[in-house]
Amino acid sequence: MLAPMAAPPTAATPSSVAPTDPLGVAGSDASLHRFLHGLPGVDQVGVEARAAGLGTRSIKTTAKAYALDLAVRMVDLTTLEGADTPGKVRALSAKAVRPDPTDASCPSAAAVCVYPDLVATAKQALGASGVKVASVATAFPSGRAALDLKLADVADAVADGADEIDMVIDRGAFLVGDYRRVLDQVVAVREACARPGGHDAHLKVILETGELATYDNVRRASWLAMTGGADFIKTSTGKVQPAATLPVTLVMLEAVRDFRRATGRMIGVKPAGGIRTAKDALKYLVTVNEVAGPDWLDPDWFRFGASSLLNDLLLQRQKMRTGHYSGPDHVTLD
Amino acid sequence: MTHDPTPASPFVYAPAPESTSVVDLRASYGLFVDGAFVDGRGEPFTTLNPATEQPLAEVAAADAADVDAAVKAARRAQERVWGRMPGRERAKYLFRIARIIQERSRELAVLETLDNGKPIKESRDVDVPMVAAWFFYYAGWADKLEHAGYGTTPVGVAGQVIPWNFPLMMLAWKVAPALACGNTVVLKPAETTPLTALLFAEICQQADLPAGVVNVLTGAGETGRLVVGHDDVDKVAFTGSTEVGRQIARAVAGTRKRVTLELGGKAANIVFDDAAIDQAVEGTVNGIFFNQGHVCCAGSRLLVQESVAEEVLARLRARMSTLRVGDPLDKNTDVGAINSREQLDRITALAAVGEEEGAGRWAPDCDLPSAGYWFRPTIFTGVTQAHRIAREEVFGPVLSVLTFRTPAEAVEKANNTPYGLSAGVWTEKGSRILWMAERLRAGVVWANTFNKFDPTSPFGGYQESGYGREGGRHGLAAYLQEENR
Amino acid sequence: MSRDRTRRDADRIDVRKTYKLYVGGAFPRSESARSYEVTDAKGGFLANASLASRKDGRDAVVAARKAFGSWSARTPYNRGQVVYRIAEVLESRRDQLEREVREATGVNAAGARGEVDQAVDRLVWYAGWADKLAQVVGNANPVAGPYFNLSSPEPTGVVAVLAPASPLLGLVSVVAPVITTGNTCVVVASQPHPLPAITLAEVMATADLPGGVVNVLTGHQGEIAPWLASHLDVDGLDLTGVDDVDLARELEVAAADNLKRVRRPAPEDLAADPRLDRMTRFVETKTVWHPVGT
Repeated sequence: MLAPMAAPPTAATPSSVAPTDPLGVAGSDASLHRFLHGLPGVDQVGVEARAAGLGTRSIKTTAKAYALDLAVRMVDLTTLEGADTPGKVRALSAKAVRPDPTDASCPSAAAVCVYPDLVATAKQALGASGVKVASVATAFPSGRAALDLKLADVADAVADGADEIDMVIDRGAFLVGDYRRVLDQVVAVREACARPGGHDAHLKVILETGELATYDNVRRASWLAMTGGADFIKTSTGKVQPAATLPVTLVMLEAVRDFRRATGRMIGVKPAGGIRTAKDALKYLVTVNEVAGPDWLDPDWFRFGASSLLNDLLLQRQKMRTGHYSGPDHVTLD
Repeated sequence: MTHDPTPASPFVYAPAPESTSVVDLRASYGLFVDGAFVDGRGEPFTTLNPATEQPLAEVAAADAADVDAAVKAARRAQERVWGRMPGRERAKYLFRIARIIQERSRELAVLETLDNGKPIKESRDVDVPMVAAWFFYYAGWADKLEHAGYGTTPVGVAGQVIPWNFPLMMLAWKVAPALACGNTVVLKPAETTPLTALLFAEICQQADLPAGVVNVLTGAGETGRLVVGHDDVDKVAFTGSTEVGRQIARAVAGTRKRVTLELGGKAANIVFDDAAIDQAVEGTVNGIFFNQGHVCCAGSRLLVQESVAEEVLARLRARMSTLRVGDPLDKNTDVGAINSREQLDRITALAAVGEEEGAGRWAPDCDLPSAGYWFRPTIFTGVTQAHRIAREEVFGPVLSVLTFRTPAEAVEKANNTPYGLSAGVWTEKGSRILWMAERLRAGVVWANTFNKFDPTSPFGGYQESGYGREGGRHGLAAYLQEENR
Repeated sequence: MSRDRTRRDADRIDVRKTYKLYVGGAFPRSESARSYEVTDAKGGFLANASLASRKDGRDAVVAARKAFGSWSARTPYNRGQVVYRIAEVLESRRDQLEREVREATGVNAAGARGEVDQAVDRLVWYAGWADKLAQVVGNANPVAGPYFNLSSPEPTGVVAVLAPASPLLGLVSVVAPVITTGNTCVVVASQPHPLPAITLAEVMATADLPGGVVNVLTGHQGEIAPWLASHLDVDGLDLTGVDDVDLARELEVAAADNLKRVRRPAPEDLAADPRLDRMTRFVETKTVWHPVGT
């Protein structure tokens, strides 16, 4: 089936409580399967050609200045290493708040993204800066753990004050067609994101598109995650190649566009992993603008999961500001 | 000038104009005959930039004596030099030309956009790379003709008349195979787009191509008639309107001249309810708005299955709203200028007929520049087979939307036209694609894609879309004697 | 032919055959109710043949168009079998056709026998091509991109054929290649020698060839041909049998109205082994693209 598009989109407001199954497609395993397999297919060559075409947009001068700042504001500055320490996280947090110490006009990044055990550190370091703390959870990156362990992982991060939870779906279950299992986990994590008295953590659902293999699967997984109550759908853990690509992100942007037309609910998109240059980031923003629409051109609705990207954005900002090329010694390495 | 996706978008693409400094425009251009630029004896004419209506240059017009001189030069070169040259040597000249086209690609792209009005991103990313590829492909055939199955004897002198929609690409489609097979050519570019053909003549000089192998005669329709009608032309190749194609077919009747014609079309782009819908919409947009719809194989009729018609239309309108219409030199422009006042008038008139006949007209709201020739990307809904806009070639950015219920009905409607150049099918069901492809009476069937071209792939029509094939091994047939088949 | 037999069986009044047209699988008289005298090489009366009118031509085109859909949709293997069946049935009527060719043209028995044999052999040759031509003139095209791309020949449609004077071999040589590839045709038989053409029609009618695939008109080439050449539902025009240069040009001019594929008359040794050109003239190359992806 196709998501009806004739219905006018309703106003976009981040909802604190994501309704599960707004389209009523998950009543039975069979209906869920039928729904996901009734979504229109995605032609690989066509979608890749479209993405390549969008990639040729030439973003110059005022448009570039706008886009670079927007991209900075959308960065989830990420460190997800076994060697992470509180010191590393504090340094990263400082960078997120003031990415370019030489330029007061430089906006802050959107969030710092860390493992659950470092949420408290990040929360403390970021204070009232407005920069969010995101935490990967649910046995990241493989997701191969019992549900109660995953939920405990989430609960820890939420308890420590995480603003956003980045969960991974069970790709094994997805690939064998056990969509119910994937959906139930999303719903369960969604519930674990709740805080007494409101202020639930926002849920980002990582599809790990590199393991889903086909664009058809990316589209189905997107709808499955949105049906389960995701606030964001995210491409990748960054630990699997390929991570984010422009065509994969394009397919996910089509999914959130269509989901909004079908339900009135806006869902965010986060490509993560592999986006290292400002030039790449601009291509993503062009794609957001022309595929999902300008309503998504906001850190509430689009994020970059990245680490080295931020510095290239800063170098490009400096180039625009000063008129000459900058170098790596003129941005901070954290 | 350009249109942004929604008025509310904060992401306003700043102008990103391609520099014209790479092009060295002269005030006036002569004919290219026997290896040299010479004055024409006809009344010179002015070629305009259709995006500004400003003159670009004055161009010579060839009269009967000029045509005769060019044909004589071509005959001499064919008999004394080119026809006798071993294929491997001809190949090297063609490879050289291909390389120079790549080296001067920016210049060719900018000049094409200036003279034609097409977006720079298309001349840069589609036209010019395709032109180089065409010469590379046919260069390689020059010393392998005995393997192609059409013999190895060239036809002789080819008179080639090409249109204004893809000036350089049509030149390449005609000149490359002709030269590879040992023929020489007298080429008449379109009146409104002569400049890149003249730059190509300069490239022939740079490549040290022997004099007379390529001759370029600029002029209006009369010059074309003289080329086609010249007694010593052995082969006529024409791309353009079906009406002129008919005139040429009549003119060569009873002669020994061989003819290939690549004429108009009214292609159906058929979308089934199980199609990959976003790609189908993208293919529909590309099918009709690529090159302002100045494409003989444009998918100018969208046949959509009734069960998804509203859905497809909603997505199509949304997608059309992101098309950027305006300055062709801006790298972000998707739809450029209409090539001439005359063509704009024709499109405008046919669109008016569409409204009078009761079809629903829709175009995205976008500002158009005040000077130049412009037409908004437009769709007509509620169109039936009886509407003129569903039957006549508009040759502009105008799409007629019709519906169908069954595969058989789709085939019947798609084939219900005297044309037969191309067709598109969008469905995720493999057996249905092949079933449709078998039944569509068209020379090119694009399944789950549209408007794709390649030097290895034959292109040409059924019925009143003309005859003969350009591209691929098949493209050699027109330029080799028939005795050995 | 009837005269010989009359002499042999002096006591019996023979039953003479009426030579009619062959349209849509049936053998109608001309709607104009006209006929013309067919004579032997020495000018002696052989029979009255139907003198087809432009309306017979029109009906024949309708029949050919009607037959085109199913004939072109048959498998090439099946079309090859039908063309081969025509050869088989023709072989079984060699004696009759040898006599008709001899009477028509005045060649000796050996010459007539040779023409009939060659006609049979030619049908066999073309029959074998039905499922091979696509392999020889089609192409897989290695395009520079992720696309499957295949070119294959398809029949042009309805072809009007102006048959050469050679009453049987000439006729077979122009009709067999056209129908082998899936076209249907309207043939204007040799004006002076139409009788073998009608006998060949009887052969075809009993050889599993669907009605309308071949339609045979007898009469004046100059009367019928212009209507076929200008007919907008005719896709191809074979002028092989047009000796008049001016008429050939006029027909080619008329054919331009809907851009028919035209085969111009040219000197040709019908006895020589044919080439592919009679098949390839009336096929269209169709190229199908499809993306390659997951």
